[in-house]
Amino acid sequence: MEETLRFKLNGKPVSLTVDGDRLLLWVLRTDLGLTGTKYGCGESFCGACTVIVNGEAVRSCQTPVKEARDKEVVTIEGLAAGNGLHPVQKAFMEHDALQCGYCTPGMIMNAYSFLRKNPAPSVAEIVEGMDDDLCRCGAHKRIILAIQAAAKEMHGGL
Amino acid sequence: MNEYQYWANDPEEAAVPMDRRGFLKTTGTGIFLFFKIRDISFFTQEGPGRVAQQNVPSDFNAYLKIGEDGRVACYTGKIEMGQGIVTSLAQMLADEMDVHIDNVDMVMGDTDLCPWDRGTFGSLSTRAFGPSLRTAAAEARRVLIEMASEQLKVPVKDLATEGGAVFDRTNTKIRTTYAALAKGKRIERHLTDPVVVKKPSEFKIMSKPLTRRDAREKVTGKAQYAGDIQLPGMLYAKILRPPAHGAKLLDVDTGEAGKVEGARVIRDGDLVAVLHKYPDVAQAALSKIKAKFDTPPANVDDRSIYDHLLKVAPGGKVVAQAGDLASGEKESSSVLEQTYLNAYVAHAPMEPHTAVVKIEGKRATVWASTQAPFGAREEVAKELGFRTEDVRVITPFVGGGFGGKTAHRQVVEAARLARLSGSPVQVAWTRSEEFFYDTFRPAAVVKIRSGITGKGRISFWDYNVYFAGERGAPHFYEIPNHRTTAYNSSWVGAEGAHPFATGAWRAPGNNTNSFARESQIDIMAARAGVDPVEFRLQHLSDAKMKRVLQTAAEKFGWKPAKSPSGRGHGVALGIDAGTYVASIAEVEVNKGTGDVRVKRVLAVQDMGLVVNPAGATIQMEGCITMGLGYALREGLHFKGGEITDLNFGTYEIPRFSWLPKIETHILDDENSPPQGGGEPAIVTMGAVIANAIYDAVGARIFELPMIPSRVKEAIHKG
Repeated sequence: MEETLRFKLNGKPVSLTVDGDRLLLWVLRTDLGLTGTKYGCGESFCGACTVIVNGEAVRSCQTPVKEARDKEVVTIEGLAAGNGLHPVQKAFMEHDALQCGYCTPGMIMNAYSFLRKNPAPSVAEIVEGMDDDLCRCGAHKRIILAIQAAAKEMHGGL
Repeated sequence: MNEYQYWANDPEEAAVPMDRRGFLKTTGTGIFLFFKIRDISFFTQEGPGRVAQQNVPSDFNAYLKIGEDGRVACYTGKIEMGQGIVTSLAQMLADEMDVHIDNVDMVMGDTDLCPWDRGTFGSLSTRAFGPSLRTAAAEARRVLIEMASEQLKVPVKDLATEGGAVFDRTNTKIRTTYAALAKGKRIERHLTDPVVVKKPSEFKIMSKPLTRRDAREKVTGKAQYAGDIQLPGMLYAKILRPPAHGAKLLDVDTGEAGKVEGARVIRDGDLVAVLHKYPDVAQAALSKIKAKFDTPPANVDDRSIYDHLLKVAPGGKVVAQAGDLASGEKESSSVLEQTYLNAYVAHAPMEPHTAVVKIEGKRATVWASTQAPFGAREEVAKELGFRTEDVRVITPFVGGGFGGKTAHRQVVEAARLARLSGSPVQVAWTRSEEFFYDTFRPAAVVKIRSGITGKGRISFWDYNVYFAGERGAPHFYEIPNHRTTAYNSSWVGAEGAHPFATGAWRAPGNNTNSFARESQIDIMAARAGVDPVEFRLQHLSDAKMKRVLQTAAEKFGWKPAKSPSGRGHGVALGIDAGTYVASIAEVEVNKGTGDVRVKRVLAVQDMGLVVNPAGATIQMEGCITMGLGYALREGLHFKGGEITDLNFGTYEIPRFSWLPKIETHILDDENSPPQGGGEPAIVTMGAVIANAIYDAVGARIFELPMIPSRVKEAIHKG
């Protein structure tokens, strides 16, 4: 069913007419041209498609776009203000917390959401919080270091 | 914006057809230096069987450009898939030329802009391409100094270079820049004679750790992969797939799919696809297709595969031998005969195979996730009946390859559908298609008979590997009587051997071979009652391997003990891509469940000259982490040609909670040529964990992956 949906995307209002059952991932990537959010598995196993909806990390490959109605959606493109970098992005760069980079947007969005809830996590808490995000290159050790560093830099504030 | 991403903001602009023959003309003014990979033996040694074998180019296979803007670019057919050569190759170029690394552009994997290259695999970019790149850069610097000498009227011997400038060292105010020297000129040089490159003591950029140059694009979501290419009028194609390899399409009803608004159904022989401007709508429409397939009976599955492979194995090829096995056996006080197995393993890169193809007249432009853009170009040209030079393959960032993207069926599918539909087409495989059409690491068998004398010396070694490939099969120990035989010496199986495609998987062959060899060595050490590190040292004469092992033992804090010691410590050695590796692991085994927890992995590596210590370290960490997968969990389930693991729900890959404490050390060996970095540290992961499990609980595991039920069974067997 086509319907007109309004929501906030990366701080700006968006209005689009779309079949509300279509999945947020594909609407973001194709209708809205934001290709930073990736398809990895289509079944919520890997986290490459993670975006933030009203402060919560969600798997956009399993989220109908209608669930974003009147909400605030943040994608990797909107995480930082202007041309700057969010501390989580900066920490990923500084710690070489990526290789092929394909899982990186999802990792960063999940890490961001996780740190909002737990601003000073232990390593065990980071592992638990990130455990459903898959990386095939094996950057895990670096990602943990980056999240620790980002937490430190943010001093609990985002 | 870095130039290697020149296409990123405007794919349309990049899609303007270029005259292949005149491609150098389009590169404008500047100073050009053409070079080829000097040591052509690298081309013939190894590589994916699927890449069309071409003659090694006699002309050149990479070039440098010094532009009027002072930027230096390297044009190479190599691609970046996470391994980090976009950084390490730039370091070599910047250092040899004395330019700031921020002024270096890597233009990679574009078949119109870059000369022919066989592909990016085998940890070859640094060790085979790197030395030639350095030489070319040194020559470019020499040419620039000569030009500056003429312009500045200063003898060459008085000139020095720094930061893209040439100056008189006796009066540094007399100076010019590379940019000024290149201005308005078109100078072409072919590198013929070897040039002197910098000594390690002169390095300013090489051998210094540098973070990834592509990180900013990747953390901001700006980095584009093939699936991020969106062209006007482009349609996403979803293709009807058989339930099993070998299944034949009997009947298909596409009526309902065709009713979906905006969907186009294409049928061409066995190819049935739905095209739509949205990929998810195309997928939904595809699911409405009713199809009947004739699926051949499943004659083999993941349990019976090993017997099958042994039954169909071709004759053996002896790859190494010395002495006499029979006389060695006579001297033995113990003879140990073991069979090692490993399952099929998926590449499972996070980015599934993807391609976009646009056809204009008799020309095609392709954006593909591929490790072999020139191979992909050949396949597209063949499929479309175009001349090779009329197909341009552009390689955006590749989201992981590990060998799996040397095969590119998806590119051919996209080309075929672009031709049939008349529109630009994107084919992006779903995860289940990625599993189904993967060129898996082959299931393989290794049979070893070996013996030790009463004095604890290895007396003979009869090593037989089936279907893994011969890489890593020859041992490196002091054994007087030995023979290594490979049956089906490639990772690509003979016809009828495997129920689906197999291919090169990160350090192909060597993971299987190192698991078997290092397990068997451990078994002999235990039989001899000697500490496994000590037993290895007693049988090593190679100073490099000894140093690697001794360093590992020292850094780990290895305390000699006869295994099983109950501590859960294991060791394993390997050589891959010219690099020597020693790994030591500590594990904890739950005797009740058979669950293995790897607590610590330490790896020491001698890889010759290290171009980017940060990049090399990350590759080692990646190898260790990825290696946990094939060691502990990854083994494909299938029934005949039906693959039953089609997503990460049943096919588990390593995750954060598996992570051991990882320690890596790279030995200082800067005066030796650089060796491979992307693969070596993964080869020891099977054996180092198997040996640690044995040390923990006294149970020997002969089959990978070491899933809990298998470990539990081995413990109960005693």
